[in-house]
Amino acid sequence: MNTGDTAWVLVSAALVLLMTPGLAFFYGGMTRAKGVLNMMMMSFGAIAVVGVLWVLFGYSAAFGKDVGGGLLGNPLAKLGLQGVLDTGKTMPLVGTIPEIAFVGFQAVFAIITVALISGAIADRAKFGAWMVFAAIWVTVVYFPVAHWVFDLNKDANGNNTGGWLGQGLGVIDFAGGTAVHINAGAAALALCLILGKRKGFGKDPSHRPHNMPFVMLGAGLLWFGWFGFNAGSALGANGVAGYAWINTLAAPCAATLGWLLVERLRDGHATSLGAASGAVAGLVAITPACSAITPMWAMALGLLAGVVCAMAVGLKFRLGFDDSLDVVGVHLVGGIIGTLFIGLAADPNSPAAGQGLFYGGGLELLGKQAVGAFAVMLYSFIVAYVIGWIINKTMGFRISSAHESAGIDISVHAESAYDFGGRVSGSFHPLEENPAWQHETPARTESKVDA
Amino acid sequence: MKLITAIIRPEQLDDVRGGLEGYGVQGLTVSSAHGYGRQRGHTEIYRGAEYTVDLHAKVRIEVLTSDERAWDLMDIIVATSNTGNAGDGKVWMVEVYEAVRVRTGERGVAAI
Repeated sequence: MNTGDTAWVLVSAALVLLMTPGLAFFYGGMTRAKGVLNMMMMSFGAIAVVGVLWVLFGYSAAFGKDVGGGLLGNPLAKLGLQGVLDTGKTMPLVGTIPEIAFVGFQAVFAIITVALISGAIADRAKFGAWMVFAAIWVTVVYFPVAHWVFDLNKDANGNNTGGWLGQGLGVIDFAGGTAVHINAGAAALALCLILGKRKGFGKDPSHRPHNMPFVMLGAGLLWFGWFGFNAGSALGANGVAGYAWINTLAAPCAATLGWLLVERLRDGHATSLGAASGAVAGLVAITPACSAITPMWAMALGLLAGVVCAMAVGLKFRLGFDDSLDVVGVHLVGGIIGTLFIGLAADPNSPAAGQGLFYGGGLELLGKQAVGAFAVMLYSFIVAYVIGWIINKTMGFRISSAHESAGIDISVHAESAYDFGGRVSGSFHPLEENPAWQHETPARTESKVDA
Repeated sequence: MKLITAIIRPEQLDDVRGGLEGYGVQGLTVSSAHGYGRQRGHTEIYRGAEYTVDLHAKVRIEVLTSDERAWDLMDIIVATSNTGNAGDGKVWMVEVYEAVRVRTGERGVAAI
């Protein structure tokens, strides 16, 4: 066991956990003022439900012994983290850190993948339905897909004993372009189709972002945490981590410039939302590629992602789906660009040692990358659609029209984010001292909903 | 007594206040307001989508004054809030029947 490697992985895991509250600010600032708490709660809800499931059986389903074909780990093999609690024992997959540190590092990836989806359903999803969706989707989609991509175990003869995409097919996805971003983006598309558009989508100007400094703060926290996401995926404090780190700087910088350039030329103004979005688009695109392409190619990839995503986010208005905060336009599109770009620019001398088209590798790697991207997208979209459809038919996924008009914060959570003006006229009762409070304040009772 | 109400640009508040203080006005009530006039709304752009916002942020100021000083005060407010562009606002004056200073009970002009 190497203490330096272990320290870096533990710090990285904490950095990646910080990304989800960061995402809550990024998304929360982009919603209108009466839906910001619900948006942030979907991220915090994802942390809670996925964290519990990860310890119960999630880690085992993703990294337990393969049940066959590289499709799923045995969810019972390491149930409740049994068998991984020997703090002195390293694991075959990572020779220098204890497995229990790896459990923590992978947990936070599962959490943020689920949280990313929530951006597509701003202002209109029942909180309870979201929590049920999060639990089912992470179980039947994320855990298996993480096994496909991240379980790189092999036996002594070099035969694959891990997932069918990563170790099996040889798809290069260093930190989760497929398993995290394409996965979340495809599920987001399915969910916004199930839930339908917000009232006034494409017409009502009140849907504009209510707090741009929150968005910038969130983008900053995401970027900071992303160094743990990408460089931490080296699973060691070493040169590979440094390689991934510098790409995690270079690509988003170029992507920010690309996005702002599109805005300046097309709309006449470089915007702060454009800068924040460009940085995130670049981070998404470099995620699978950060160990496979040189920093020069990383900047080219970032620029491409910034330009393409800036144009892709407008598609929802033309195609008529309310992907409220552009999870599809940024994460699905950016994830696909980054995953496929590896097939073009993978450098044989990079840590990932792939050989892309530009380095004389022909179309072989590009084909594998396309299979990986397409398989994850298709699986996640279909299964997310089915889960969402069933939830919608049984418990209902969408809040009532009246609650949506009143604002989801007050109607679902019985809270409001901002105390405008500081004027309060009413009454206050601690709940336990006056259990009948709900009947005494009919305004609050009317606005509550079982969700 | 008169009540002068003015809807002005937020950025003109300091000028207006300076002008009124220069004339010896000792108190002023200011509140936030939103509205539109002939200039209509403004456009904001988020991720390439244009949002036209019809309501502009404005400041509403209210000042009580004696009949003799009212016309001068109105002129001062108009002069200090004018930028020459659409959206400078409105100023109006109404008759006030009575005023009371809450602390002392003084009435009429003495309460101002």
